[in-house]
Amino acid sequence: MSATDVTTRSTPGTRPAGPRPSTSGQLRSLSRAMLRSFFRDRTSLLFAFLFPLMFLVVFGLVFRGDGAGTTPLAVVGEGPVVTALPDDVVESVAFEDAQEAVAAVEAGDVAGAVIEQGGEVTLYFAASDQVQAGTVQQVVSSVINEANLAATGQPPAITLTTQQVESERFGPIQFLAPGILSWGVATSAAFGAALTLVAWRNRQVLRRLRLSPAPAWTIVAARVGVSLLVALLQAVVFIAVAMLPVFGLELAGQWWLALPILLCGTCSFLGVGLLVGAIAKTEEAASALANFIVLPMAFLSGVFFDLSAAPSWMQSVSRVLPLGWMNDGITDVLVRGEGVAAVWLPCLVLLAFALVVGAAATRLFRWES
Amino acid sequence: MVTDRPDRPMAIEVDGLVKDYGGFRAVHDVSFSVAAGEFFGILGPNGAGKTTTLEIVEGIREPDEGAVRLLGEPVWPRNPRLLSRIGVQLQASAFFERLTCREQLQTFGGLYGVDQRRADDMLELVGLTEKADVREDQLSGGQRQRLSIACALVHDPEVVFLDEPTAALDPQARRNLWDLLRRIQEGGTTVVYTTHYMDEAEILCDRVAIMDAGRILSLDTPAALIRGLSAATRVALPREVLDTGAAHRLPGVETVVDTDGDVVLSTREPARLVAALAERNALDGVSVRTATLEDVFLTLTGREYRA
Ligand SMILES: Nc1ncnc2c1ncn2[C@@H]1O[C@H](COP(=O)(O)OP(=O)(O)O)[C@@H](O)[C@H]1O
Ligand SMILES: [Mg+2]
Repeated sequence: MSATDVTTRSTPGTRPAGPRPSTSGQLRSLSRAMLRSFFRDRTSLLFAFLFPLMFLVVFGLVFRGDGAGTTPLAVVGEGPVVTALPDDVVESVAFEDAQEAVAAVEAGDVAGAVIEQGGEVTLYFAASDQVQAGTVQQVVSSVINEANLAATGQPPAITLTTQQVESERFGPIQFLAPGILSWGVATSAAFGAALTLVAWRNRQVLRRLRLSPAPAWTIVAARVGVSLLVALLQAVVFIAVAMLPVFGLELAGQWWLALPILLCGTCSFLGVGLLVGAIAKTEEAASALANFIVLPMAFLSGVFFDLSAAPSWMQSVSRVLPLGWMNDGITDVLVRGEGVAAVWLPCLVLLAFALVVGAAATRLFRWES
Repeated sequence: MVTDRPDRPMAIEVDGLVKDYGGFRAVHDVSFSVAAGEFFGILGPNGAGKTTTLEIVEGIREPDEGAVRLLGEPVWPRNPRLLSRIGVQLQASAFFERLTCREQLQTFGGLYGVDQRRADDMLELVGLTEKADVREDQLSGGQRQRLSIACALVHDPEVVFLDEPTAALDPQARRNLWDLLRRIQEGGTTVVYTTHYMDEAEILCDRVAIMDAGRILSLDTPAALIRGLSAATRVALPREVLDTGAAHRLPGVETVVDTDGDVVLSTREPARLVAALAERNALDGVSVRTATLEDVFLTLTGREYRA
């Protein structure tokens, strides 16, 4: 060590005023420290970028096939009923003889088997899948009814036309992607804020910052900035992958309207993270608590599964949870093609939630362990 | 010597500090002042109240009673203008997770509006230039302490507070740090530091406050503290040679302390005492030591000093 001069200065106590700290410099400094430790933490990166993509692959594959709403149905023989089977609902698979077709039903390869010989139609179906069994029975019986009616030569008293509400290109990816994205961004925002708070508290960094001229709000503001940036990066990476032909996500014209909802949602879960960080004493406890809040919320909000078949109480719960608002809002503008009108309510709800949890976090906050 | 320069402005004035934790009084009526440019030490065993006192002076802890003026301004409530003028190393070092040494310094520098290039000057000052791109968790104990001190100095503060910077270091690392601390003071910075090492305080400090159980027992230059004992000399004898009762009756004996294997006598008349011991043929295994700060502590508390 050389005797480097600490500074060149006059007599102690009469030092010229040093550099004035600027708030923007403080914000930049804190944000950079947060970003660096985020990008050097494998677990955080895994949660932010890889997990959502893994979910996309897993759920994308699980739900592939029944996407267009077609149910595979074994068909044996010829006749008016077999010909009239609607191909937008069932996918007919021709079989040579009845035995083979029934075997295919038993094996679960097809949802049912229709055997038409002369004027007689027999339907075999597997009871193991109630929904498919119901679909098959309904489709076949309505076809038969129509055929019978046509045979009488009378015009039908009532005609029914069915039309799927979402357009045909709305495969499951269109609804999965916004859900998984919402979940990924929410988890990352909550974890990021909670872990920063707990780590900085336990490492005395918070107290050390207290002894620097940086005001307390710059710590929170830097965290907000970093979380928003990470959320944007997550969205870009995730949507880019989801748009690959394998997954086939298609964005609505005004997809960018999803950004304000995404950012407001990030604030909500950043608030959750600050609350968790204010309560938890260790980083492990913070991770567990954040997961304990966000993961059940993801299921209750219908992020991974469509809730239309869920019990009604669950549907009402999802309407209160911020992740539900985030998911619905993003789905509306990202894939359903809704306009600005669909943006402001979710944003408002998400920001209100952020304020409430943020206020709770402020009350429970401690500088030292 | 600082006490000989009453014209110097006071960097720190501490008056009647009291701090209770629950029912426990951790700091008990502590008052002292530190002149600008002085190297001031607070010396005491663990639990003496050094950290609590220091943190009140820094302005991060509110005292129950008493007041602190730091560079002429009150420290409580939090005073950001003042905070730009002081540097602090907390007892447990505070580093950002997963940042390198240079990045730690740049981050702290940014909080004070310091040029980013200053980080490298600071690394050089504390001898960590080769470790610039190493993460903080890969440093040795001594290197961590030096980095932590560099972080406290990055904005060239007028007063720097260091809480046990030399604790838990090997002797070589401690000595390296002493050089650094001296150079900081030579640069004109007022240094306030705590330690539980007596020898170190004696070597480094212009003045030392000896603290125990929340009180300042004595405060002066190390030399004056020792002189204040009238050069009390410690004479240690094996217990077999002399029991404590007999020891009290020896000429010139002031205190008698029964330690592990020895009876330790302190005296201001070592010649008379040693002569008396010789007369009794009791000089076998006797050791005579002139006073150190440890004796000051022993005299003040009646307890052997144990850090
Ligand atoms: N936050 C606290 N709550 C309760 N007791 C404390 C707290 N901090 C310190 N103490 C107690 O106050 C006493 C003085 O502590 P401290 O100032 O850390 O001493 P030192 O730094 O000299 O070791 C100790 O007995 C310690 O246990
Ligand atoms: Mg201490």
